[in-house]
Amino acid sequence: MYKETHTHEEHLSIVAQGLTKRFGSFTAVDNISFNVKKGEIFGFLGANGAGKTTAMKMLCGLSKPTSGNATVAGFDVSTQSEQIKKNIGYMSQKFALYEDLKVWENMRLYAGIYGLNDNEIKSRTDEILQQLDFQNERNTLVKALPLGWKQKLAFSISIIHQPDIVFLDEPTGGVDPAARRQFWELIYQTADKGITVTRTTHYMDEAEYCNRICILVDGKIVALDSPKQLKETYSAQNIDEVFRLLARKAIRNQ
Amino acid sequence: MLKYLLEKEFKQFLRNRFLPKFAIVFPFAILSIFPLVTNTEIKNIRLCVVDNDKSGYAYRLTEKIKSSGYFILKAVTTNEKEAFELIESHKIDIILEIPSRFESDLIKENKASVLISANAVNGMKAGLSSAYLSRIIADFNQDIRIDLLQSTNQQLSPAFGITPLFRYNPLMKSLFNMIPAILVMLMSVVCGFLPALNIVAEKEKGTIEQMNVTPVSKFTLILAKLIPFWVVGFIALNICIFVAWLFYDFFPQGNLLTFYLFAAVFVLAMSGFGLVVSNYAKSIQQAVFIMFFFVLTFVFLSGLYTPAANMPDWAQLLSHISPLKYIILVVRLIYLKGSGFTDMLPQFFSLTFLALFFNTWAVLSYRKRKM
Repeated sequence: MYKETHTHEEHLSIVAQGLTKRFGSFTAVDNISFNVKKGEIFGFLGANGAGKTTAMKMLCGLSKPTSGNATVAGFDVSTQSEQIKKNIGYMSQKFALYEDLKVWENMRLYAGIYGLNDNEIKSRTDEILQQLDFQNERNTLVKALPLGWKQKLAFSISIIHQPDIVFLDEPTGGVDPAARRQFWELIYQTADKGITVTRTTHYMDEAEYCNRICILVDGKIVALDSPKQLKETYSAQNIDEVFRLLARKAIRNQ
Repeated sequence: MLKYLLEKEFKQFLRNRFLPKFAIVFPFAILSIFPLVTNTEIKNIRLCVVDNDKSGYAYRLTEKIKSSGYFILKAVTTNEKEAFELIESHKIDIILEIPSRFESDLIKENKASVLISANAVNGMKAGLSSAYLSRIIADFNQDIRIDLLQSTNQQLSPAFGITPLFRYNPLMKSLFNMIPAILVMLMSVVCGFLPALNIVAEKEKGTIEQMNVTPVSKFTLILAKLIPFWVVGFIALNICIFVAWLFYDFFPQGNLLTFYLFAAVFVLAMSGFGLVVSNYAKSIQQAVFIMFFFVLTFVFLSGLYTPAANMPDWAQLLSHISPLKYIILVVRLIYLKGSGFTDMLPQFFSLTFLALFFNTWAVLSYRKRKM
């Protein structure tokens, strides 16, 4: 029995049980439980204020859960948040790189913080610049980049240390469709390397690209399955329809 | 890890359009202007002499006052009423009234009195001008005693002569009192405000969140914020020392290294305090007002304007938490008296304690994770 559980947990990146976050009398995330497998692209889908960002912040160790527990990369979110931080990457909803630093300087800073040495930093920087086709922007101040490029850069920097799991909070918000498609290519490339991708979104079409999605309504999980399975269960044409069926009951943000 | 964070902080500081200029121009401008503005020596006091005697002695007294350099003789009159009209219309600041028979009283009865009336709307100016005038009259008194003694061959009647000796600042130049104080205030502004605003600015931009999700330790993060401002504070200090020497020929009597050592600890304490504020403030606006409140409190408690011993007991007790209290004393001691390190051990320990206290607090109150 023990052995079975052990092997079972071996291929899980995230295990959440009854994770809850309250701000005063407001329950932002209400008793959610789910597992995320290694190398999976896992999506949190929900309206604004459904609790997606709060759930993600608890998993990243940015916010302390009110109750419940979760392990990320094998570490407990309540007690081992600093160990978790070594093994994850995070891209916030709000662009959070230093705009007054150049592209290569931002890369060097974060790579350095994650413990890469100067040689490793150099080769990783070249690799990423090539992957993004950014060679000409190496010395550009980040504030001079267009939004779509900034987001791609932020994503690449969030995985500069090749973490086990990367958390992306609305990474494609405000980005044009072409840039969004390129962004998805980056996400697939990342997942192919075995990095677990957890992301939030409110774009229904993007949800279809995830391996599994978890629909949050008023802080609760109302559905969790692969997009295909969800469409079958609710006999819907697309995820948008599934979402509208489920979100009809929402109280917040009408 | 620290290396990369420091690189970042220095690059950001140097790329800022305003801060590097501020750190250089501000000390230069303040120290070249403020000591002159805050000069507590009063000059150009407008005087009116009501000379009812018109004798040789009255003339000599008036001349003596004129030659002191503090007074401008605006009018000499025999009409007391006229003099009071002048003071009322703000044309003069002080009246010296010499009675008739001033000279004959002096010679015959060996004593005479004069009357000083000062406009006390500005109390400090009135007090100082009448003190200056009294001192000149006392001096004049001494002169004529010697005169009379020579002419009449009388025995000089015994009298007290008080000669104050102002050690360490023999000319009692207020400039030498003010420069150390201004220097310290300036360092408090540069080293207290800049770090406080820095972290809060990162909070407002959201960049701190990306930092908080990395494994960087709180201690490293705070250290990376502290060191650059420590360096900036040092540069500002050297500009101050240079300006004081260049413009006022005022240079520390004591060891410059001792001065640097104390300044280093003081800057650390002030920056640490700034970081504490930044950890609690939610916006730049909040941080600025909190800093203003505390820096002003620290300045008033420091004994910069009024000696701490004049304060009520509770204020004296409170003044111990003001890092400025110790450093102002130390800077004055080093500049004027040339005190050595061992003479200022208590101040050193107090400053070190405050530096440790504020910085520990800064590290402890920094939250990588919201509750």
